[in-house]
Amino acid sequence: MNKEWKTENADGSYTVRTCGWSPPGDHPVGCGMKLHIKGGRLVKVEGDPEHPISQGRLCVRCLTLPEYVHHPQRITTPMKRAPEDRGKDKWQKISWDEVWDIIVPKIKGYKENHGAESIVVFGGTGRQACLYYYPLGFASIGTPNVCYPLSGWSCYGPRCAITDYILGAGYPEIDFAGTYPDRYDNPAFTLPKVIVEWGKNPLMSNPDGFFGHSLIDMMKRGTKIVSIDPRITWLGTRSEHVCQLRPGTDTALALGFLNVIINEELYDHDFVDNWCYGFDELKERVQEYPPEKVADITWVPKEKIIEVARLIATSKPASIQWGLAVDENPNGVQLGHAILSIVAITGNLDVPGGITLGPPAALLGKWRVETRRNLSEELWDKRIGAKEWPALSTAMATTHPDETLDTLETGKPYRLRMGWFNSSNFITPTCSAQPDRWYRALKSLEFNVVQDCFMTPTAMAFADIFLPLPTFAEHDGVVITHFGRNAVFLGAINKAFTVGDCKSDIEVCMELGKRMHPDMWPFDNVEDFFSKQLQPELGIDFNGLREMGVYQPKYTYRKYEKGMLRGDGEPGFNTVTGQVELTSTLFEAWGEDALPYYKEPPYSPLSTPELFKEYPLILTTGARTFTSFHSEHRQISTLREITPDPIVEFHPDTAANLGIKEGDWVQLENMFGKCKMKAHLTPCIHPKVVHAAHGWWFPEKAAEEPSLYGVWESNVNTMVPHKHIGKLGFGAPFKQMICKAERIG
Amino acid sequence: MTTRNGLLIDYEYCTGCHSCEVACKNEHNIPRGKWGIKLTEVGPWQVTGDKWEWNYVAVPTVLCDLCEDRVANGEKPACVHHCLGQCMEYGPVEELAKKMAEKGKKVTIFAP
Repeated sequence: MNKEWKTENADGSYTVRTCGWSPPGDHPVGCGMKLHIKGGRLVKVEGDPEHPISQGRLCVRCLTLPEYVHHPQRITTPMKRAPEDRGKDKWQKISWDEVWDIIVPKIKGYKENHGAESIVVFGGTGRQACLYYYPLGFASIGTPNVCYPLSGWSCYGPRCAITDYILGAGYPEIDFAGTYPDRYDNPAFTLPKVIVEWGKNPLMSNPDGFFGHSLIDMMKRGTKIVSIDPRITWLGTRSEHVCQLRPGTDTALALGFLNVIINEELYDHDFVDNWCYGFDELKERVQEYPPEKVADITWVPKEKIIEVARLIATSKPASIQWGLAVDENPNGVQLGHAILSIVAITGNLDVPGGITLGPPAALLGKWRVETRRNLSEELWDKRIGAKEWPALSTAMATTHPDETLDTLETGKPYRLRMGWFNSSNFITPTCSAQPDRWYRALKSLEFNVVQDCFMTPTAMAFADIFLPLPTFAEHDGVVITHFGRNAVFLGAINKAFTVGDCKSDIEVCMELGKRMHPDMWPFDNVEDFFSKQLQPELGIDFNGLREMGVYQPKYTYRKYEKGMLRGDGEPGFNTVTGQVELTSTLFEAWGEDALPYYKEPPYSPLSTPELFKEYPLILTTGARTFTSFHSEHRQISTLREITPDPIVEFHPDTAANLGIKEGDWVQLENMFGKCKMKAHLTPCIHPKVVHAAHGWWFPEKAAEEPSLYGVWESNVNTMVPHKHIGKLGFGAPFKQMICKAERIG
Repeated sequence: MTTRNGLLIDYEYCTGCHSCEVACKNEHNIPRGKWGIKLTEVGPWQVTGDKWEWNYVAVPTVLCDLCEDRVANGEKPACVHHCLGQCMEYGPVEELAKKMAEKGKKVTIFAP
């Protein structure tokens, strides 16, 4: 890429080349773009053809960035509100000096009078905040309680934890030639023959660092897709096979595949013999899951199960992209274990075109959790839910999310008194289960700080101090795919201009940190911070990264043969046994079955047949759209023009039986809550299943309590119960509940 | 007969992402309710067994000038540049017709 990242134009404007991240949105995909600034305004965003991954392409969220940046409702100065005015639109603009004059004594007071553990930091997902809310908590504030308030930690975390326990590695992303400047043409790369999309639709989700339309790149070159999804998506119509399964039965399907692959001897004997632990036990277990039985459970025809299993095992190479559906499932740990086992025994681990592996954490991803060294062991021990849920607290540095709601509700083991919400809007139907319960429990917090770009229902309900975040066009940063758990590249985020008086996540961390724990923040400024992160391992400083545009590290395959995965440099995997644990020593140590097994969802036609008579539809939720990232983007009118309303999908026959027509407003209800959505009829969903969108609230509706921008109107998460989680503390039934539906207008 | 330029769209790979619509609106300042290129949808419906028909086809409108200014500057039309599926091409219609014949299916050419 061109060394010049900032160029002056003839008409007096200038152009800044950057990689995107957040806000607005989203995951660290780091798309390349050019920001055109004229007269102090962002006038245009254009894709950067030099970026090796995005190659000039941009989705509608970056194409509408100027609308976001200059939106009249955007908040660009800090604000305070009197505690008695919580829930009211009564804010006063303040300076950043006053911000610290208020916040620092408050934090010191809570630490002195109630212990640092009385302060909890809530973080959102995807955004740069993911790198910075841990250090904000551990090293700027000095609390052990950093919380991602998603029941069962049901997003990304379980998959990362399972990978750590079974493979000893970071996130297992498919090989999409991401580390090569010449991409798919590089001789080291082999095109995958088959990619399985398991509960994942990357075209819309671009999850965690994977540029979703890379799938299209590879399909054009001949890769075949297998789609495992309760919905037939557009990608499903271009797939070689669609396994349209009953929501929540995925683990049975995975065990069915393993049954076929093992019994038909289609596995890689060499890899199994040399690098896998517990194969015989797995073989014995999968005898309980013959295709006929699995077909009964999953609704996927027996012939399809056998054909797909054979295809995965005999296609060299093949890979599996596993999605959120693996985490949002109380039986999800078992599903993740089974999927990794399929990849391992078919010989697709760390091979060209297969599944790439790296260390569990690297660079910024490593630094963020290492900041916990600021806390004494005694204080770290007070982390909510850590002792009760060791499988979660060993891999994740956060509290246990469900225990955190329990603590808020009961005041046990101690009262939480101060909340810091970084890029989290969780009373909307995003991460929390039963957000109405969280809403009532959060009222007990005495002092709250919220960081975001726009006023949200969560900020309106709880903030005493609102700290404005700049968009990625307005601050310097580094984007790293998979937050460092599988880094195909690092990109420079270059500040193009300034809007208002905002401070980025790292700026807030440093300013507060230098006031509270200066020895944890030995950096002169933001540029110095990034240089110190990059220099030791990569040998370049922040300015060097700016000039490169992106840095793609060299990738080595078959690291398990070369001693490059283990801390001691021996061949093998960084696990307890040194091998891929098809039978998990750690699961057993934590009181769980060492092998994968299938368990019915907590509410289903089979587990709760009586309730299913009253609530006869299986409710699945959360499919992504092109036009929003979770609860964001609802105020961007170009995007609302494309996706104006929250949608619930019905099969036409089901709709006809209920007297529902296309476009009717419908109420969904179950024993936990209800919501209203607009009906869309499609043959692509099973007649017994409905799919409801998540993330919806309405910036155009009344801001103040009780409305809070209509946050309770289409809040599907109120229908998902608290703490119905897997045995190891991971996984909640967001994608497999039951409900009834009726037309309301 | 004079030659002219057009847009080739390989709708086997159009994922319906709307980037063409928004990139065009940005380039030509087209307001809400109007488009220089508009996504249309056919399906989804079941053809037989495992086969489904579901296509998005973006159609340029009267407001499309094939990005005259960008092209003169050596750049691609805004829609072609930003298309996430990289399924759009710009060029003389005769050349596009050759590519259409070569690909053989799910391709269209527009002369807006």
